[in-house]
Parts: sequence; structure tokens; C-alpha cells
Amino acid sequence: MNLPLATVSKVLKFSCVDGPGNRLVLFLQGCNFACPTCHNPHTMKLCNDCGDCVPECPTGALTIVQGKVVHDPNICDQCDRCLDVCPINANPKVTQYNVDDVLALLYQNKPFLNGITISGGEATTQLKFIIALFTAIKTDEKLKDLTCFIDSNGYLPEAAWKTVLPVTDGVMLDIKAFDNTLHSLLTTRSNQRVLASAKQLFAAGKLHELRYLLIPGRTDSSQEIKELADFVRALDSATPLRLNAFQHHGVKGEALTWPTMKEPDTERIAAELRSAGLTNVVVPAVYI
Amino acid sequence: MSELLKRFKGITEDPGLSFTQKARYLSLEAENSLPYPELDEETAKALEERVICDMYEGHAPFKPRYVMPDYSVVLEKGSTFLELDPATTLDEAINSLMIAYHHVPSVTNMPVFIGRLDNLLLRFCDDVSDEDLYKKLKLFWRYLDRVLPDAFMHANVGPTDNRVARTIMRIDAELKQIAPNLTFIWDPEVSSDEIFSQACESIIECSKPHIANNPLHQPLFDEYGYGVASCYNVLPLCGGASTLTRINLREVARRSKDTADFFENVLPKYIDLNFRLTEARIDHLFNKSGFFEGFLVKEGWISRDRFTAMYGIFAMAQCVDELQAKEGRSGKYGHDETANQLGHRISKVLFEAVEARPMENCWRGKAMLHSQAGLSDDDGCTPGVRIPYGSEPDPVTHVQALAEHHAFYPSGVSEILTLDETIENNPAALEQLVKGAFSLGFREFSANVSNNDLVRITGYMVRLSDIEKFKECGGSRINTTVLGAEAADKGKILERAPRVMSHELAPRYSQ
Repeated sequence: MNLPLATVSKVLKFSCVDGPGNRLVLFLQGCNFACPTCHNPHTMKLCNDCGDCVPECPTGALTIVQGKVVHDPNICDQCDRCLDVCPINANPKVTQYNVDDVLALLYQNKPFLNGITISGGEATTQLKFIIALFTAIKTDEKLKDLTCFIDSNGYLPEAAWKTVLPVTDGVMLDIKAFDNTLHSLLTTRSNQRVLASAKQLFAAGKLHELRYLLIPGRTDSSQEIKELADFVRALDSATPLRLNAFQHHGVKGEALTWPTMKEPDTERIAAELRSAGLTNVVVPAVYI
Repeated sequence: MSELLKRFKGITEDPGLSFTQKARYLSLEAENSLPYPELDEETAKALEERVICDMYEGHAPFKPRYVMPDYSVVLEKGSTFLELDPATTLDEAINSLMIAYHHVPSVTNMPVFIGRLDNLLLRFCDDVSDEDLYKKLKLFWRYLDRVLPDAFMHANVGPTDNRVARTIMRIDAELKQIAPNLTFIWDPEVSSDEIFSQACESIIECSKPHIANNPLHQPLFDEYGYGVASCYNVLPLCGGASTLTRINLREVARRSKDTADFFENVLPKYIDLNFRLTEARIDHLFNKSGFFEGFLVKEGWISRDRFTAMYGIFAMAQCVDELQAKEGRSGKYGHDETANQLGHRISKVLFEAVEARPMENCWRGKAMLHSQAGLSDDDGCTPGVRIPYGSEPDPVTHVQALAEHHAFYPSGVSEILTLDETIENNPAALEQLVKGAFSLGFREFSANVSNNDLVRITGYMVRLSDIEKFKECGGSRINTTVLGAEAADKGKILERAPRVMSHELAPRYSQ
């Protein structure tokens, strides 16, 4: 059997926004959606070694070796110029991790951690790695009290969820829109699988949190909000629902011309959802 | 008129100071017009060049820098000097404390330590309802901020989970006052999870309390125990610290040819000179000032033999970066393993030097090493062993980089972690961070949550909205030159010093 490798764009040792408590977060590279509102667009695609970024690097940290773009983290000063010039929303600075590499990171930071969260990109595009990693954590005496979470866009099919859920403690799931045409416009994909995933995860007791991105004039219509309330109520009105407010931070391209979601409007919608019976609506702590 | 008289006059006429602030600065000027305790030439030169520093404590030390009374004495026995009977009710106990605080000096002439309040008050609370306890402590808290307006004044609660500690933390988070500063003493064997959670939630609310790691502190002290005063000075109860001197490690590194020269010659030289400075100041306090003949000693609030000397250092970050450059290495303090290890080695050498030096008139015959939080004017030097502000790595990496220092600083390490406000929705993350830090050997933990109005600067609290007002009045001052006398008067009113000051940080009058 081949040992699975993960293509990782970033590791955080401290995150308080990716599940319960402090979490080590692996951001995996590559996504099966292409949302214009993405605030990490450089995590969307895998590098195709076109080399456009190499001459742009001011410190010479990028070179081409045998047709492949190679990144030297010791020289890199994290200016992110390479991400700005990438024509396909990829990232030349990714690192390959095997399961033991991640276990070593967890050992090193264990006293600070409540758990690990795999995010992205879209985490589940590297499902084999997640299963191998979570299985290793669950069977490691020193690590098994860490909770294992996935942050997902919900596009994974039902059968695939079944393979990872036995070793997963919880999933944070994004719903981008209820109107399917709107969903396609916002993500390039249909929402059928996403809504099915939410129901499946809820039924399995693994839906830790639903997330909904409010975009003025797009996903904040009264119809969308009503469907959101109906959907959550049909699961359980106490399901944690995190409202995210669209901001320009990190965004590239067309969506920069879209208006941002302001705090009073977010609060108003939160209040509407609460009066519709939802008891666990969380609003952003910060608007940047 | 002499220069000195001109300064006195300037203080009395400064429209930006309240009358109590004027009185304080006048007394400081008067003290500093006296000759300094006698220093040898080499020590005087090092002090003049500010390689070593006396924190501008004054020329004639007539009271210890930090006094940590055992306030249980006045509550249990009363005070002959103050004509107080033993306290029998909560009202009497709080009233006795309020009186007692006015008779406890410190470097700022205000008390820096107001007691381990739950230990002191709990036994008077049996017949007091929760509601009454809340009301009485809230008034007490308001009194402290308004009457003793010093950001360094420090209360302690914990490690037990009790009504007084819980109520104080609740009130403190509600009122969000600058004073008093607050430490929760945490002990996993004694403190409940609930009160630890309450402390963490309170940090998210108002950046207080500071949390002290009791299992690391307690073994260093005896049955009297310790208290945490000012900004994170851990000192013997029923005593305190005579003085705080400090070495500017950046200046020591600048005077060294390379790392070897630093360790072999230059650092040992300045370690010795800072000891001589400390000894001269302690000698004046103990043998000339008459302080220990006062009623605080006679009545047993404090004991002459329980005063340590705090041996401080600062600018570790600049020192390490300076030495790294001299060795042709680019790795920066806080971010590079070699740089961090060099820092740890310096701390170890300092610790061993302080442990090895016998000191007269010092608790247990030795000084205590301290990572010192800084003055408001430190010329680009970072407090203590901290990582320079603005370049800190993520909180976990931050703690990992500094943890090894903590074992070497028994009288306290002033360290602040800045957390972004997303922590608000996830207090469990803060709890885990504190637990992680303590498991790695952190002696104490302080955090700023970045959207709090109340934040720590070098360890004391300020309100950001006060600073904002200051900035605004800076603008008004510039406008005054164009807008004429009327606006000028208004501008000067706006220039007033804030009501609650950080007196330790403003040890001199500067116009």
C-alpha cells in the first residue's frame, strides 16, 4: 500500500476558529469549488509547474528543478508575491506531509491542543490521507484524546463520508446557498450533495457546526434566510449555525467589486433567525 | 532662581497635573536633590551610562520598593498605631483594609499589593448573602480605583474556588477599571475547573486577571507564602522587595566584542556592578532610613528579614540579536532556535550569578532574578525577555520560544500574549493555551485580547479610549497655535494626565 501524502499549504499551531478549543489546523491544497468569494483563493488549485512565479520571487526562494517549481522556505520571506502572480490560483509553497510528519507536529504541540482540524482548500479532496491520519491519532495512546475535525464544503458523496466518519469527531460544513442556480453561480457546482451531506452528518451525530456566508444582494435575501431557517429547524433548531459576513480580505477578482456584509445587517439577520426558532446562531467576532 | 527652584515652580504651575500628582512630583524632586548613596566610580559610571539602572527609585531610599503586608494581622489583632480593633464583620474587615492601604508605602507611595483578598475576607462572609457580598465588594472595588489610582496596585485571589474570588472576578469584569490589577493564583490540585474557566472568560472580557502558576511559585516560599504585586513581581508575603535594579542587556552586548567576550568578561562585570548598586541602595534603606523602626514592623504586618532584592534584566531580545549579528548569524530572537537558545543560556548565567552572590539584609541572603517589564521610556528596548512587540509569532510558538526562561526568574517574568478577538467565541482555546503554557514551565500568564478597551502595556493596564483621547488632544495642541489663546486654554485642559496613572512608569517629572 502506498503511504498517503498530503499537500499542505499551511499549518497553524493556534486556531480558535476551527472547532472547539485550540486546534492545530492543516490547510490542504486544492478545492473542487471555485468560489469568487474565497478568502484563500491560492489554496484552490495544485501547482502545474508553469514557472510564472519563479522570476517574480524577490528573494530567489523559487527555482525550477527538472521541470518542477521548487520552493526553499529558508530563503522565502513570505511576501506572497508568487500567490499574487499565479495564473491558476495555486501555491508553489506547499509542503508534502506524511502521517508521521503530522503526528510529530501533534506530539510537539500536544499540551496546547484540544484537537486537530483538517481544512483547505477542500479537505476531503485528500480523503485517503485524512482517514489514515485520524486512524493513527485514534490508536495513539498519547494523542487519542485529541478530537479530529474536518472543515468541508460538503461536496463529498455519501459513500465517501461513510469511510471517514468512524474516525471523525465532527465536521464544520459550509452551505453557500439554497437556491441551486445561485449556488452554482457562487461555487460552480450544484448544492444537492452539500444539503445531503448536512443531513447525513447530522443523522450520524457528527455535524458540529453549519456555516453560512452572508453576501449582500446574493445570499442575504429573505427567501434564502427563510430556507436556511427551515433547513436548520428540520435538523434540530439547536444546531450551531455560524454566520460569516463576506469581506474583501484575501479575495481576488470579480468579488472585490461586491459590497461587504456589514455588522448591523448581520445582526439583523441573526435576530431574524433566532426569532424563527434557531437557538444557536453565532455571529462574527470581527469584521475585516 | 536656581535650576532646582525653577523645577519646583514648574511643577506647581503645570496645568496638566492634578494637585496630588504635583505633590508627588515635588516630593520626588526634593528626594532627588539629595546626594545619591555612595557608589564607587565604576558603578557610578555604569549607572550614568544606564547599562545598569535603578528604575529612578530616588536618591534616598526611605521605603522599600514593594511592601507586601500580611493584612491578616490588622484584621485579626487590630492596630494600636491606627487605633483599630480586630474586625468582626465583613464591613469592618473591608473598612480596616481601606484604612490600612493608606499606611502601606511603595516606590510610588501607594500600595502595590492589597492582599490575597479571598484569604483575608472569606472568614467574614459566613452570614453574608451572595447579593450583599456582591454589593459590598463592588463599592470596595470602586473605592480602590478612585482613591488609589495606580495601575500597579495589585489584588490576588485563588487558588481555592470560593465566593469572594468568584465575586471579585465578576465585578472586575463588569467594571473594567484600570485599578486594581488582579492575579488569579491557579493550582490544578486546588482550583476547580469552573473558577479557572471564569478567570479565562474574564480575560476575554477585560484582559484581567493575570494567572499565576502556583505549583511553580509555592515551593520557593515558606509557610507565609507569597503575593503577586505590581506587574508580576512574586515576592514573600509579610515582606516584599527593598529595591529593583536592572541590567540593560542590549548595552552589555554592545560593549562586547563577541559572544565569548560577552559571557567571559563584559556580562560578569556588569552583573557585579549592578550588585554593588543594589547593595548601596539596600544599605541606605536598612541602615539610614529608619523605615524598619516603624509600626508596620512593630505590629507584625511586615518583617525586616523578609525583604528580598529584585535583580532585574531587560532587552534580552536586543541583546541576543546584537550578539547574533556579531557572530554573523541572522536568526532573530523569538523566531530562530539558535537565537532562542542563546537567550536561554544568558538567563541561566544570570540566574547562577544571582544565586551565588551572598547579600546582606536580604531574605534568605540572596537576591531574586526578575525579568523586568520596562519603563515608559526605554529607547527601543523590549521589556524583560519578551519578543519585540509586533513581531511575536503565533501564541503557541511564542510560549514555546520563551518557556525555558521562566525557571530562571523566581521573582517573576512579565510576559504578555496578544490574542485576536476571535477568541471571544472560543474560551476553551484560551484555557488550553494557559494549561499548555503552564505545563511547559510558564510561571505566569497574561493576555491582551485585541478588541478590549482595557489592555496591558508593559504589564499595567490602560484604557485604549484614554490613549485615543490623548491622541486627540495632541491634535488640539497643534491647532492651538493657529486658533489663539482661547483654544490654547482648552487644549491645556485636554492635556491633563489621566486620573489613574502608572506611577512606577513615571518616576520623574518631565516637562
